[in-house]
Order: sequence, then structure tokens, then C-alpha cells
Amino acid sequence: MGDWWTPPMMPDPGLGIREFSSVSHIDESPSRHRSPPATRASETNSKHSYSVLTAFCTEENIPQCVAYVNQEAAALGLCGVCVEARGAGPSLGAASALNLLYELLQLQRRGQRTLHDLETQQLKNNSDLEHLQHNNSRLKDQLEHTRRENSGLHEGERQLQLKIRTLQRYLKSEKEEVQKLQSIIASRATQYNHDAKRKERESAKLKERLNQLLVDKRDKRLAIEVANCVGRADGKRSLWKTSKMEARHEGEMYKALLSDYEGRHQVLLQENAELKKLLQLMKKDMVSMLSPRKTTRAHMPAEDSLEQAGSEPDDELCEGSRDPLEQMCEQAREQLANSIRLQWRRLKSHMQRLDSQVSLAASREQEEVISRREHEEAITHMKMELQQCTEFIQTQQQLLQQLSLPCDEETAALLNDGYLLEEKERLKEEWSLFHEQKKNFEMERKNFTEAAIRLGHERKAFEEDRALWLKTQFLNMAPFVGHRRHATSESRRALTIGAQSGAKVPSSPALSCTSASHTGLSTPTSDPMTLPSTAELYRTLQLIPDSRSQGRCASNSFQSGATMTKSQLRDSCTDCSIFSVVRDGNSAS
Amino acid sequence: MNFSEVFKQSNQLCKVSPDGKYLATCVQYRLVVRDVNTLQILQLYTCLDQVASMEWSSDSLFILCAMYKRGLVQVWSLEQPDWHCKIDEGSIGLVSSRWSPDGRHILNTTEFHLRVTVWSLCNKSVSYIKYPKACQKGMDFSADGRYMALAERRDCKDYISVFVCDDWHLLRHFETDTQDLAGVEWSPNGCVLAAWDSCLEYKMLLYSLDGRLLSTYSAYEWSLGIKSVAWSPSSQFLAIGSYDEKVRILNHITWKKLTEFEHHPTITNSKAVVFKEVEKRPVIPTEDLSIQQIAMESSLFDIQSKYEIPPLPVQVPVVKPDPDRANPKIGISAIAFSVDNRYLATKNGGFQVQSLFWHCSGDSVVLLGKDQLCLCYMATDEEK
Repeated sequence: MGDWWTPPMMPDPGLGIREFSSVSHIDESPSRHRSPPATRASETNSKHSYSVLTAFCTEENIPQCVAYVNQEAAALGLCGVCVEARGAGPSLGAASALNLLYELLQLQRRGQRTLHDLETQQLKNNSDLEHLQHNNSRLKDQLEHTRRENSGLHEGERQLQLKIRTLQRYLKSEKEEVQKLQSIIASRATQYNHDAKRKERESAKLKERLNQLLVDKRDKRLAIEVANCVGRADGKRSLWKTSKMEARHEGEMYKALLSDYEGRHQVLLQENAELKKLLQLMKKDMVSMLSPRKTTRAHMPAEDSLEQAGSEPDDELCEGSRDPLEQMCEQAREQLANSIRLQWRRLKSHMQRLDSQVSLAASREQEEVISRREHEEAITHMKMELQQCTEFIQTQQQLLQQLSLPCDEETAALLNDGYLLEEKERLKEEWSLFHEQKKNFEMERKNFTEAAIRLGHERKAFEEDRALWLKTQFLNMAPFVGHRRHATSESRRALTIGAQSGAKVPSSPALSCTSASHTGLSTPTSDPMTLPSTAELYRTLQLIPDSRSQGRCASNSFQSGATMTKSQLRDSCTDCSIFSVVRDGNSAS
Repeated sequence: MNFSEVFKQSNQLCKVSPDGKYLATCVQYRLVVRDVNTLQILQLYTCLDQVASMEWSSDSLFILCAMYKRGLVQVWSLEQPDWHCKIDEGSIGLVSSRWSPDGRHILNTTEFHLRVTVWSLCNKSVSYIKYPKACQKGMDFSADGRYMALAERRDCKDYISVFVCDDWHLLRHFETDTQDLAGVEWSPNGCVLAAWDSCLEYKMLLYSLDGRLLSTYSAYEWSLGIKSVAWSPSSQFLAIGSYDEKVRILNHITWKKLTEFEHHPTITNSKAVVFKEVEKRPVIPTEDLSIQQIAMESSLFDIQSKYEIPPLPVQVPVVKPDPDRANPKIGISAIAFSVDNRYLATKNGGFQVQSLFWHCSGDSVVLLGKDQLCLCYMATDEEK
């Protein structure tokens, strides 16, 4: 590695020589540096130090330069240069300058060398670093790889452990089974041994007995001694053993068996019938549950047909024994089972539909006309209402009971009196009210009549005035001036009074004036002295009852008595009586 | 509970007559007949030797006393005390003796089970049945007394013979598919005969009255098999108790297993009530009895004891049987159906219960132990 850095060093000595040459140029003639620096610049490769050198020292600032150089040299630990006065001007001492230069060169060389060394060192280090990094990465990879291998091996080990455990368990179970089998074998062996020993003992006894019998010639015969024969238990005589007897025995045996089977058969039939009944009931229930629903048309005939089919075999069953009864039972059973199954399936589908509906309704909550909350609120409201109504009903019932309770006469009488009193008082009140109202009405009527009289008077006056005015007018055709003015003022006064009187009438004054004027003209012959009847007054005034008065009547007012006719008064009276009755009714309830 | 005075007896020979009027006990060679109500001695008979077995006839008129050592059977009459009957089997010996259902025939099984001799008291006739099998229950009479089933073995094969008890006519004779027939039992209605194999093989065969094989049932292989068998009174169920401590119930229509009951040493069923007797005598350990229904204990003698109901689960003490012995004391050794077909009592394990019987009213069970008598009375709730 240290070989290849020499070539870059090559230009350096060249540079150093050039620098030397440039310095030597300085030595020869300091004025020479003024010569085109471009050539020197072109020689060197834009050497910064060269340009600095050329710029550094001139003829004028030699001593300063020298001082500066000396200073720098001193700083570096070298001897300085001295200035010698020579012929042409101050110039540097050649020896000291050369020494300084030499030392500087030495320094430079040393520096260069250290630089080279450092560079080589750095290169070495770089390469080392690279090498190490390479190694590092390689080792890392290796480490990863080994780690993976390790985990894989762990996995394998674990699985093997598991396998070991299972195998151990299996082994244990097998061992247990082996032990169990061994114990079984042992017990069987002991049993066999025991039996074998017993048999052996028996055979030994038998042999002994045989020997004894062979030896013992005495033959003890077996015999029975009975004092007298005993009759049979059932008292009958015993019968000979014949084939008939055998047959009879066989028959009896078969009879016994048959009776047992028949008994069982009956029981099973009964059970069967009960189960069938149960199935029928179930089917009916299911059909009834499903049929009220809105099933499609397609279903209905199917149901009916099934019902029919279901009922048919039942009828046939109920009929009783027939030759192919077995077949029918089979068919009937199958049909029944099928119909039950169908109904059950339908029921299931129905339930599923209901469930889906419920779920849909729950999901479609927002779209519903009545939202859930409202629904709940409505329900609570209704519940409250219901509660209130029940309470109400209860109180009603209590009261009714109280009423219907047979109380003794006194209390009954008292109660009746109480009721009567109540009624009387109410009546009194109403009468007083009625009288008051009547009085008010009379007053108003009087006022009205007075007003009418006044009106009549005024009208008369007005008519007179008018007549006078006309007369004056007519007479004005002729020259009568003095009377005219008086008449007009009078007539004007009358008119105003009439207008005022007209305004007093509560109905539309304008109408009344005009109507009064009209009527006044039409009925000039009415006798002003006699009070006109109210009906006539009304008719003359052409006061028609309007809705306002009616309304006011309904609201219990006798104020506008002037606007009422007698019939209206009666009506209003009845209305009010009705109203009072209604009011009473309200108070009584 | 009141007890009478103590009477002597030998060989546990103490039987009440079938009509319930008399009580017969044997003391050595004497036969004593007492009245059940007054316990007064009515008759006294003397036999020729020590009585080994004693049996009432079905009409309560005769008593049979068998003396096996001498090969003698003596029959006594209650109506006529003078009447006597002696049956001598001779040199052939006697192993067991029993009445026939009509009360007029005696069946003697000779030594080595060579033959069964049928003696008739009516006409002194003798019949022989060859090759009876020596097994747990080789002979059974049907409930109505008409037929007898006998297990036989010839040429290393098992057979069953069905006889008509009237005249001992052989009705049917058929081979059974068993290794070693251990027992036969008629159903209460007399139409089905259950035959089972020895404990080395679990096999239950069901034959109809006319000898046809109806069905076979085998719960498992290899382990020790059937230990006890019981029919329900209505013939609807057949309960099989086996050495694996389970009771299996077969139904009479399909002869398939209907249900099976286990006998866990720990009782955890919330419906079970366990009564535990606690005795004041600390020496004797408490005896726990576990039955499907209520169990109640009362002591025979003046031993103070009280019952307590321990909270569930209850651990029943189990005595581990000796596995090296034959016929180990494990498994269901006793099964009894109640008379109304509702309850089933079973005894599992090595408890010292000799016998297990239901009262004919169907609401109480009697357990007879070695030292104790237990009467279990069940109170049923009123059904609405």
C-alpha cells in the first residue's frame, strides 16, 4: 500500500524546484518579479504561494518583508536573514537567506514526508476500515444465519420434546393397559386354578368313593318309606304318561307363551294408539296455529289436501279390523308421520319468517312511522291513562257501592233531603239569577222604549222640521226669507238630535238613521203617545237579530235586551234553563 | 322394635311357613314347630341325624329335613304328626334336597352331582335326571310352579332341560352357547329363561319358554363377569350385577342395555341421602351403608347409636379385596327389586351383608349382616 503514493510525489519536487527557481529569481533581481507574472503563473499550476510571493515583496517593502520573514522564522525556531547593504540597494544576506531557505526546505520536506506518511496511514486505515466493515457485515450475516439456525433447531427440539411427551403418554397408557391385562390374566388364572383344584378334589373324592364302593360289597339300596301315600296337592288323580299328555304339555307351553305375547301385544297396541292420538293432537294444534295466518293460496289447498289425507287414514283406522289392516296401518302411519313432518317444517319456516320480520323491524327503526321512542312514550302514556282510568273506575265502583248499599231509612231520607235541599238551593239561585236578569231586561226594555219614544218624538220633530223646510223651500220659490233660517236651524238641530238618538241605539247607527228616516216616512200615522209594543218596535226599526246577540245570549248575557224579541227571550230563557240544567248536571256528576 | 326371647337353633335353620302361620326351627336333630303369633310349641319331631337342611312345602303341610351325611331325607306332616316319610339315597349320597313347587315331590341331588332323583310322595315313584350341573344356580322353578329348568353338562357342553313339573315330562332340551353355565333363572311371568356364564366370561343368554334363543348380552370381555342376577317383578327388566361394580339393566323388548348404575366409592349425587350410623362404642368402627335411597339403621342390642347425615360428597370406606383369591369380594353381590318395580337395592363390595330383601309392601328393605340387622324404611312423598 505504500508503493503507489510515490508518483503523486513526483510533481512536488518539481514544484519545489520551480519555487526554488522563483525564489532564486527574487534573489537575482527583485525587480525582475515585475516581469510578466503571467508566464510564471502559466508555468505553475495556479500556485497560491507563488502569487503570494510575487505580491508579498516589492523593492519598497524589503525591510518590512525581511522583518516579517525574520519574525516568522523566529516563530518557527529558525535563524533569520539579515539585510546587507550592497551597491544597488538593501539586499538580503545570501548565506542567511539560503540557510533560511534551506531550513524552510527541510521543514517543507519534513512536512511533506509527514503528510505522505499520514496519507499512507490514512489510506491504510481506510483500507483497514473497509476490511473491517466487510468483515463486520459478513459476521453479521453469519450471526443472523446462525441465529436462524438456532431458532430452527429450537423448534425442532421442541417438537421432538412434544413427540417425546406423547410417546411417553402412549407408553404409560400402554403400560397401564398391559398391567390391567396382566391383572385380568392373573385373576383368571386364580379362578381357573381354584376351579381346577375344586374339580380335582371332587374327582379325588369320587375315586375314593368308587374305591369304597368296590371294596364295600354291601349295597345300600335307595328306598323310600312312606307311612301312607299322600294325595296330590290339587286333589286330582295323576295321569299316565302318554303322547297325548306330551302334546297337551306342549300345547300348554305354547298357550302360556302366546298369552304372554298377546298381553304384550295389547300393551304395545295401546301405547301405539295413545302415541297416534298424541300425534294427531299435535298435528291439529300445528294446523290451527298455522291456518289463521295469511298463508298464500298455494298453501291452503295443500293444507286441506293434507288434512283430508290425514283424516282419511284415521277414519279407516277407526273402522276396525280388516284383512289388509296391517298394510293400512303402515300406510296410515307413514301418512301421519309425513303430515306431521310437513306441518312441523311449515311451523319452523313460519317461526323463521317471524324472527326475520322482527329483526327487520328492529333494523328498520328509523323508517317506521312511529319511532321506537315515540312508541314507548305512547305506551307509557297509555299505561298511565289506563292506571288513571282504573283508579277512576274503582272510585266509581266504590261510590256506586255506597249508593247501592241498603242504608237504613233515616240515612236514606237524610240523603234524599240532602239531595232535595241541594236542588232547592240551586233552584233558588237560579230563580234569583233569573229575576235579576229579568229586572235588567225590564230596565233595558224601559230604556229602549224611552229611547224609542224619544226617537219617535225626534222623528216627529224632524218630520215637522222637514215639512217646514220643504214648506220654506217651496215658499222660497216665493220670496219668504226670514222663516227659512229658523226652520233650517231647527231642522239641523233635529237632525243632529236624531243622529245622536240614532247613535244611542247599539245596532248600526247609520242603518238605523236611514231606516228610521225611511220608516218615519212610511209610518207617519203612528201614534206617538202610545208606547209601541216591543215587537212592533223591532219590526219598525228593522232590527234583525244578528249572531252577535245570539252569541251573547249563549254567554249568559241579558245586557243587550234591546236587541231581543220576546221569542228570543223565551228561547234564551230555555237555553239558559237548559244551560243551567246542564250546569246542574255537571255539578251533580 | 320389639323382639321375642331367644330360641335355640342350629345351622341357621329357622323358617316361617309359606302361609305365615308356623315357625319351624331345627335344633341339632330336633325339629320344633311353633305358632307364629304365640310362639308356643305346636309340634316336635325327632330326626335320625343332625339336620343339615330344612324346608317347608309350598302348601305348608309338610316339612322336609335333610341329613346329608347319612344321605337321608325325612318328611314330617303338620296335619298328621304320626305320618312319617323317610327317603334313603343309599350309597350314592346326598348333596342337596328340595321340594317341588306342588309340594308332593322331593328332588334330591346326589353326591358329585351324579343325578337328581325325583321322589313322589303320592305314588312312591322315582325318576332320575342325569348329568345335572354343579353350579351356582343349576335348578330353578318357574313362578307358577309349572316348569323346571335344569342346567346339565354332557361331553364338556352345557345344556338346559325344561321339565313339566306335573309329571316330570321333558319338554325341551337344548344346548347353550356358554363356556361354563353358572346359573339359570326364570322370569316372573314364566316365559323367558335367563342363563348366564361363569364369572370368567360375561355372557347372558335369554331363552324363551320353548327353547329358542331370544338374545345374548355381553357387556365386556376378559374381565370378571356376572356376579348376580335379578328379574324385576313385572318381568320388564333384568338387572345384572358384575365384578366391575356396575349394575346393568336390560329391557324385555329389545334385550338391550337400558341403563347402567355405577357404584362409586364417593357419593356425589345431590339427590342421594346418606345416613351414617355413629356408635358410641369407639372400638367398633362405623359401618356405612350406601344405597340408592335412604338408609336408616337401628341396632339389635342395646348399643347406643345415632344417625347423622354427613354432607356430600361422602366417601364410603372400601376394603380392597385380596386379588390373589378366587371369587374376590368385589362387584355387585346382591340385587333386589322392590315389589312395585320402582326401586332397586344393590350391594357392592365386601360389606358384611348376607342378604337383602324387600318387604312385599315395597317400601322397606331388610339387610341382614353378620352382627346387625338393618331395616330401611322409605317414606315417599305424597303425589298430587
